[in-house]
Amino acid sequence: MALLRLEGTTAYYGHLQALHELSIELEKGEILAVIGANGAGKSTLLSLISGELRPRDGRVYFEDHDITRLAPHQRVRRGVALVPEGRHLFSTLTVEDNLLCGAAARRQGTWDLAAIYELFPFVKNRRKHRAAVLSGGEQQAVAIGRALMSNPSLLLLDEVSLGLAPVVIRDLYEGLLRITAEGTTLLLVEQNITEALRVANYTICLLEGRVVLEGAPSSLTQSEITEAYFGRQQSKDSSSPKRATRAKK
Amino acid sequence: MIWTNAVIQGLLLGGLYAIFACGLSLMFGVMRLVNLAHGDLGVLGAYFAIILVEHLGGNPLWTFAAVIPVAALVGYLLQRFLLDHALNGGELSPILVTFGLSIIIENLLQQTFGANDQSLNIGALSYQSWKIASDIYVGRLNVIIFVVAVLVIVALQLFLSRTPAGRALRATADNRRAAALSGIDPKRTRAMATAIALATVAVGGLFLAMRSSFAPTSGSADLLFAFEAVIIGGLGNLWGTLVGGLVLGVAQTVGSQINPADGILIGDLVFLAVLAFRPQGLIASRSVAVR
Repeated sequence: MALLRLEGTTAYYGHLQALHELSIELEKGEILAVIGANGAGKSTLLSLISGELRPRDGRVYFEDHDITRLAPHQRVRRGVALVPEGRHLFSTLTVEDNLLCGAAARRQGTWDLAAIYELFPFVKNRRKHRAAVLSGGEQQAVAIGRALMSNPSLLLLDEVSLGLAPVVIRDLYEGLLRITAEGTTLLLVEQNITEALRVANYTICLLEGRVVLEGAPSSLTQSEITEAYFGRQQSKDSSSPKRATRAKK
Repeated sequence: MIWTNAVIQGLLLGGLYAIFACGLSLMFGVMRLVNLAHGDLGVLGAYFAIILVEHLGGNPLWTFAAVIPVAALVGYLLQRFLLDHALNGGELSPILVTFGLSIIIENLLQQTFGANDQSLNIGALSYQSWKIASDIYVGRLNVIIFVVAVLVIVALQLFLSRTPAGRALRATADNRRAAALSGIDPKRTRAMATAIALATVAVGGLFLAMRSSFAPTSGSADLLFAFEAVIIGGLGNLWGTLVGGLVLGVAQTVGSQINPADGILIGDLVFLAVLAFRPQGLIASRSVAVR
């Protein structure tokens, strides 16, 4: 059973079509990296899954339940949590209050304050500070921690590495790997392809709202990814994306 | 001594303004909604108390126990069935809707109770006083109102800072999108804010009715004072709202001391001065509701 299934979803901003009948499946325990250039539809895809945007056509299933019409907070209760691009912390609240807000869905699981502080020890020292005074990397860790506090089955991450130093990015990604070890499935949206493909076991490349390339990162060549990413040298049968065999775990 | 007296009486009056203002501040913080019917809803609570006393008798003080929960329930329903829809209609519609609500309430009250002044008679408490200096007396009711005002604001502040529900309110005020993405139900949070706002403004309405007289249109004047208190203190900060209420109260009574007709005018001038020279308010907000 797929943890997450999108069936023929389309999304629009006004008259602009952002996603074209997108169908995606995500197995439990997988790390899926969604890559693509600006405006490819990556964040739109996340909005469909988090519930901030409803598809015009198609359906979204989570654990075989149709969640297409559920609001974001209802999806958090079902186990879908998003770390939004730009982190969106509660800047006037303390770090600890930020984390506790993430527990509003009251889902049971391994993640609580102590577990978050163990995952990101540097956050613990800052727990009484207002979130606004933290560094970018610390803020990103708090944002991830806040999402984890809902004990999600599926964690969506939008541009985790944006604006952060490479060493910080490395730390955060180490944290993400430990999160998957606890049984959480990850969906990463990244422009930082190198880091995303290093941890992912499956990747989808979007271009203008369509999947143009997918497969296990190891099965894709650099030039294939570059082509798909920038949309140059489209293969003759551009309507059907290249499909590599799906990596089985 | 005259001036000391004016300041003390002004502080006591400011407590009442602070009660009126704190709910307004809370609702604005949580949902960026300026409730123009806020004062009228407080006056509505006072009329409800009048009906209760007419039919059931007794000292009007008991009506607090009935009016507060009813007001909270009305607030909850008002948010769910009216204001939530208004919020979906863009920036202007909540203002139009609450303005309309204000007109409806005032006219319904006039239709039902007439335009005459009313008052809740609480007996001796309304004129008894304490002597605190050789020629300074403070009304017992005014002292009670002041103490209750401080208690209400302290309680509200503790609720916001110490409870999960309060944390949800602060989170929603800070970043609505992130709050929903964290699993906080936005509708429930907004309804809670409005329930609290109406409960507090009902307390203000009852005190107003006990302290002096009121009429169907009193709500508009109360709304204005509540606004001034919120702005003087600093938007979205409960301590600021308390300070704003006190400053406004003192400005009005000291103004009246200068010239009995100019009390409200001086209050308005202080408000304008704050807007001009310190628009963020006397106590700059970083804690409770806004930003």
